[in-house]
This record gives sequence, structure tokens and C-alpha cells, in this order.
Amino acid sequence: MGLLARLLAQRIALGLVLLFAASILIFVGTSLMPGDVAQEILGQSATPEALANLRAELGLNEPPLTRYISWLTGVLHGDFGTALTNNMDIATSIGKRLSNTLFLAGCAAIIAVPLAVLLGLIAVRFRDRWPDRLISTITLASISLPEFLIGYLVIYFVAVKLRWFPSMAMVYDGMTLAQKLNAVALPVLVLVLVVLAHMMRMTRAAILNVMQSAYIETAELKGLKRFTIIWRHAFPNAVAPVVNVVMLNLAYLVVGVVVVEVVFVYPGMGQYMVDHVSKRDVPVVQACGMVFAFVYISLNMIADIVAILANPRLRHPK
Amino acid sequence: MTDQLHYLAARVAVGRMSRRAFFGRAAALGLTAAGANLLLSSAVQAAGPQMGGTIRMGIQGGSTSDSLDPALGTNTVSLALLRMWGEPLLGLAPHGGLEPTLATEYWSSPDAKVWTFKIRTDAQFSNGKNVTADDVLQTMLRHSDENTKSGALGVMRGITNMRTEGDDTFIVELDDANADLPYLMTDWHLIIQPNGGRDAPDAAIGTGPYILKSVDMGVRFVAEKNPNYWGDMGYADTIELVVINDNTARVAALQSGQVDMIDRVPPQTAGLIGRAPGITVHSTTGPGHYVFIAHCDAAPFDNNDLRLALKYGIDRQEMVDKILAGYGSIGNDTPINAYYPLYTELPQREYDPDKAAFHYKKSGFDGPILLRTSENSFPGAPDASALFQQSLAKANIPLEIKREPNDGYWSEVWNVKPFCTSYWGGRSTQDQMYSTAYLSTADWNDTRFNDPKFDQMLIAARAELDEEKRKVMYADMGMILNETGGLVCPMFNDFLGATSDRVAGWVDGVRGYDLMNMYGPMKMWVAA
Repeated sequence: MGLLARLLAQRIALGLVLLFAASILIFVGTSLMPGDVAQEILGQSATPEALANLRAELGLNEPPLTRYISWLTGVLHGDFGTALTNNMDIATSIGKRLSNTLFLAGCAAIIAVPLAVLLGLIAVRFRDRWPDRLISTITLASISLPEFLIGYLVIYFVAVKLRWFPSMAMVYDGMTLAQKLNAVALPVLVLVLVVLAHMMRMTRAAILNVMQSAYIETAELKGLKRFTIIWRHAFPNAVAPVVNVVMLNLAYLVVGVVVVEVVFVYPGMGQYMVDHVSKRDVPVVQACGMVFAFVYISLNMIADIVAILANPRLRHPK
Repeated sequence: MTDQLHYLAARVAVGRMSRRAFFGRAAALGLTAAGANLLLSSAVQAAGPQMGGTIRMGIQGGSTSDSLDPALGTNTVSLALLRMWGEPLLGLAPHGGLEPTLATEYWSSPDAKVWTFKIRTDAQFSNGKNVTADDVLQTMLRHSDENTKSGALGVMRGITNMRTEGDDTFIVELDDANADLPYLMTDWHLIIQPNGGRDAPDAAIGTGPYILKSVDMGVRFVAEKNPNYWGDMGYADTIELVVINDNTARVAALQSGQVDMIDRVPPQTAGLIGRAPGITVHSTTGPGHYVFIAHCDAAPFDNNDLRLALKYGIDRQEMVDKILAGYGSIGNDTPINAYYPLYTELPQREYDPDKAAFHYKKSGFDGPILLRTSENSFPGAPDASALFQQSLAKANIPLEIKREPNDGYWSEVWNVKPFCTSYWGGRSTQDQMYSTAYLSTADWNDTRFNDPKFDQMLIAARAELDEEKRKVMYADMGMILNETGGLVCPMFNDFLGATSDRVAGWVDGVRGYDLMNMYGPMKMWVAA
């Protein structure tokens, strides 16, 4: 276990370095964009006086390095500061948005992950026969369509024509869980369609790889049922690549779904960040970037650790 | 058959029958969906306003980074919210002229230099405090003092002194006479707040017909009827505003019945949407226009013949048909259309490749003209630029189009680069429009137009209290711009809003902004 602890410590330290690097990248990136926050807040209706007043008030006349360092100091003390644009506390706003995002991602993951694995297993069981072909065709078709298009199709047929679920996935305080689940039904459906194929294909490929091994042949010769062989003997050895892909997709569900959020008017992190990017609200963009980087890095870390735990050969390196 | 249908429609109007059932019955009686719709809406109008219920609106333009401070409002969502919880001193009357809101009366000294406003004594802020002239004064000061960030600052600049007399009189003194001063007071940023909003500018405490109850910036807002509102506006108990920036999502929300009214229906699909049962698209003429603007002081646009070549080389009707899908009217290279009071129709400039070629040759300029554009400079701007390119090509004038990113367009391109696409929302009077963008000293003189005679006439017209004389002056100014300005104005865009038949009370042709000057949710009611 000492080895594992050391490994964990290493990973976490690496993650922190990555986070720091990400924060610098985001800051530099936002300063490279044309226009500044004062210009973007006031828009076309900005008078020079109003601009100068707003710049002074927002502290934009300070050099960028000073702004960056004071921001970083705040974050290290657990204070994300307030948004330049509307003076709202960033931590509170992000907290709400992040929980919405996690809710949506969670709902999608609970359906997509088991379904993808199950479909993968079925595809292997009926390899090159019609169930395999059907599953592959449908999932590949859904991953090939851009997600906004799937979104619009789903809205048109399910929300406008059939009126089964709302087209707007608006969630807010005071809704019951059932109401929230009803509201997010369509975006969840779209997200499931989008992430399904990748995980399903990986499960199928990884298991097929293992199925070539001699011990599978032994199991077959013992007379075990084909599905038992796949589930009990092949799958555990194929779990590492599958977990990796699952984690990548989970990370995508959290950080990459801004298009789905816009189409379904879902108040998640992506929309929140894009709004503030377009206003050059650097503290908020930084904070969102940090949260996203954190999610990405920790999910990848989990994937690595699971892979090591699942594979004795990695647990005891030579 | 007709009697039966009218009877059924009336039942729907008073809530005794569902609309879905009505459409089914109407179809059975051989009526098309559109016909049933029309019948239903007239029955609902006839039934008169109904109290209660919730009106839900889906509006474009809001962002998580918005503020509730009226001074910082820049988008349609800010406007819609301010209409609910606050009031300016005066409002635009629906079909021309002004109507009193927080000011009951106003008058000026004979030279139009001192304006006096009587403040309503029965109005109360939502924190229970009565409105006084001092609140008005502080509000105006906050929007005009040197530390302000207000979008209304430009409007307030000509004012030299403001003061109060007693609790109910607010007085504005001007250096230069301005017959249009009351119109300035209708600016939607100038919401009267307790102590001018100095203590808590974004607390949303005002005198409006509704009170904001729930705020989720850039997402969703809920307002409830203000029980102490002095006026009689507002039928629904609750107004729910949802921010829907994606065009398709906004339309889908209306079609699936999740909202009752939306703004900014995309013109290309408006016809299709309007044919759906239960949905009406409303087109309202406004002062907004889409423009190509050239700096009159930058080569090659400093040559008036080149500017004329551009003006003759644009096919206005084609733009209205293709870019606005017919929901608009052609422009005439001035920022003024029939929407404005004191409008005079000028001779319409037509597309004429021969004249364009003639002026192009006369200008002596040879080489491509560079036009910058972006998708957010107005909807369809890159397409409009391509049309412009083609119509100029027929006159052998080469136009080069440079596509700029949306990001930073208003800071890096508009009012900076010599020739680009842009839009104007328009103003409530000709004086405001000209003072904002065509006076040589204006901040937003985005055509760098500088004509001392024009400036002089603008100042003179401002002081002229005789409307006939002013009208002539404005017509002359329009001609000057039309002949020598840097503005190429192909079209005025209509506002396109849509409502479902769950709400009733729409009035056509209301002046101001989209959705009945954004008073839609308060002047309409839940029908069934």
C-alpha cells in the first residue's frame, strides 16, 4: 500500500502543477483577446468617459502581473473574488452552476456508462452478426451527427411534436427532483447518444483483444457459457482501457457540453464561462478554468489508479 | 357552422374549453388551423382582459455577467426587467407623442431652456418609501456625474443644472434650448430609484407594476405584481422571464408551449413559424436600421463621389427581400424613417449601376474597396456584404470583404476602421439620432461626418418650438446626409416578436422596442 500512497501523492502533486500552469495559460489567453472588460460591458453604447470611469473602478489600469498575483493570492485563501462585470460573488455563482452541471453529467453518466458497457458486451457476444452491426451503426451514426443537430432533432420531434418533455431544460431552486429529472430528460438523451459510441466501441475492442488469449480458449473448452466467459473472464482484463475512455467521457460531460447547454437553455458551467469570456471577465474565466482543469485532472487520475488496481502487473512494476 | 365556432371560441376565451380541443373541433367543422387561430384570437380580445395567471417570456440577449443596475443595462433582457420593476419620468405613448408616468405634467419656459416636471405624489417604491423630487434629482445626477458609467450619459450631457422645488417639482436647466428634452427622459436607463440608486444601484427597488422576486442572472427571473402600484398596468399575477439566446431554442420553447412570447424571431423562418397553430408573429416598424458606414475623413471615402458610387451601387430592395425576408423597409441613406415624428419623405435613391460607375470613375479612385463585416454587426451582415459586392460588381466597382471575428468587433472595428457593417437601434426623436451619431462632435460619429452647416441646423432645430419649421429643417438635414454623408443605409429592420394564443391583448404598431416597447407582458393577459 506504501507504493500506492506514494503514487497518489505523486499524482496529486503533478495535478497541482498542472493546475498552476493552466491558470497562467488562461490568464495569458484572456489578455490576448481584443478589447477589455470595460469595453465589452458597455458595448456599442460606451462613451469615452464611461469607459475611463469603469476601467478605473475595475482596476484595469493595474499591470496584468499585479492583477494575476492578487487573484492567485485570493484563490489560495479560498477566495475567488467577485465578478468584474456585476460584482457577484464568484464562488457562490460557480457553486450553483457546477452543481447543475454535475447533475446533468451525473444523470447522463448513470445511463450512458452501464448502457455502453452492456452494449459492448452484447456486441462481442454476437460479434459480426446483426446485433453487433445494429449497435455499431446506431452508435456511430449518433456520434457522427453534431450534437446541436441531434439536440434540434430531439426538440422538434419529442418536445414540439409529441410534447413528451420540455424543450427548455430550465432548472432552478425550489424544483422537486422529479421536476428536475423531467426538465433535463432531453439534454440527457442527447448527451447519452453523444458519448455512447466511444465507450461502447472501446469496450468491444478491448474485450475482443482479450478474447484472443489462450485462457479464454481454455474457458471455452471447459464448456462455460459464452456470456459468462465474456463477463467473468474477459471483461476484468479489459477494464483498464474501458475505464480510461469512461473517464474521458465523464470529463467531457462536465467541461465540454456548452453547445448542449445553449440549445436546451440549461444553466450550467459552460454557458456561465462563455458569457464571461465574451465580457473579458478574467477572474470568473480563471475560476471556471480552474474548476474544469481540476475535474479533468482528477478524473484522469482516478482512471490511472483504477487501471493500476485492476492490473496486478502494473501494481508490481519490475 | 360559424355560430357554433364563435360559441366555442368564446368558451376558450373564458377558460371553459382547452385550445387543443377547440382546434380539434374547428378542424372537424372544416376550418383550417390558421382560420381557427384568427377566430380564436378575436374571441379572446373581445372577452377583455383577464386577471391572474403567469405570463412567461423567452428573451434573447441576457448574460450571466449582467447587472441589475439600470445604468449598466445594455441588452434586451435588462430592458425587459427595467420595464417591470422601474419607471422613467415619461414614457413613449403607444402611437406617438409622450405619456406621463412618474411625472404627471411637464412644461418649459418659452425659450425651451428651463423644463419643469411635476412628480407623481401617489407613487411608492417597492421598499415602501414615497417618491420625491429628490429621488428624481439624485437619479439624474447619478446618471450624469463624472463618475458615471451610465449608458444614458450621452443623453444627459447637454444639461447644465438640475434642482428640486419642494417635494414634487424637478427642474432642469439647459445652456442651449432643447425642445425635445422630455423625450430624453424616456430613456430606459433613467429609472427613478430611491436616493437615485446611490445606496444600492442593483437592488431593483423601483416604482414599476411588478416586483422582482427571483433573480438568476442570465437564466431566469420571476416578478410578481406590485400591490401598491399607482397605475392600472399589469394583468398577470406573475411574470416569468427566461433568457434563451439560441434562436431555434427560443422558437421551440414557444412552439412547445413553455413560453408565451418571444422576441427576435429570425426573419428567415418567421413565415413558417407564423403558420403554426396557436402562434402569431408580430411585425412592428421601428427606427432600427442596418448600415454600411464609411469614414468621411479617411481615404478613399473622403471623396464624396466614391461615397455616392457606393450609395448608387446598393440594391436596397434586394437586401430587404433577402436579408430581412421582407420584414422591413428600404432605407434612403439617412438614419430617419417614417417612425420618427416630424418625418418628411425624401426622393428615394434607387439602385443605378450606371450612376455608380460614373461616380466611381469621377472619384479617380482605382482599386478594391475594403469592407469589414462580422456576423454580430447585424444578423446576416456577411450575406448582405456579399450582395453589396455583387451589385457593385455590375458597375465594375470591386469590393473586397474582410470577415472579422464577433469578439471585439465593437471595440476594434466599429468606429475605428474606415468602412464596416453595423446597426443602429434608432432613437425616439430625430434630434437624438442626429446628436448621437451625426453631429461632428458626437462620440459615436461613426461616419466621421463633419458639416458645420449640418451642426448649426441641428442646434437651431433643437431650439425651434414651431413644429412646421422644425420639420423643414430636419428634411434639409436629411438631404445633406443623403447627398454627402458616409452612411449607406439599405434597410430598416422591423421588430419581429411572436406570441402564443395562451396570451391576448397584443396591440400592433406600438412605438419603441420589440414586444410592445417591452411592455408586452404587462399589457397582455393570460387568455385561457
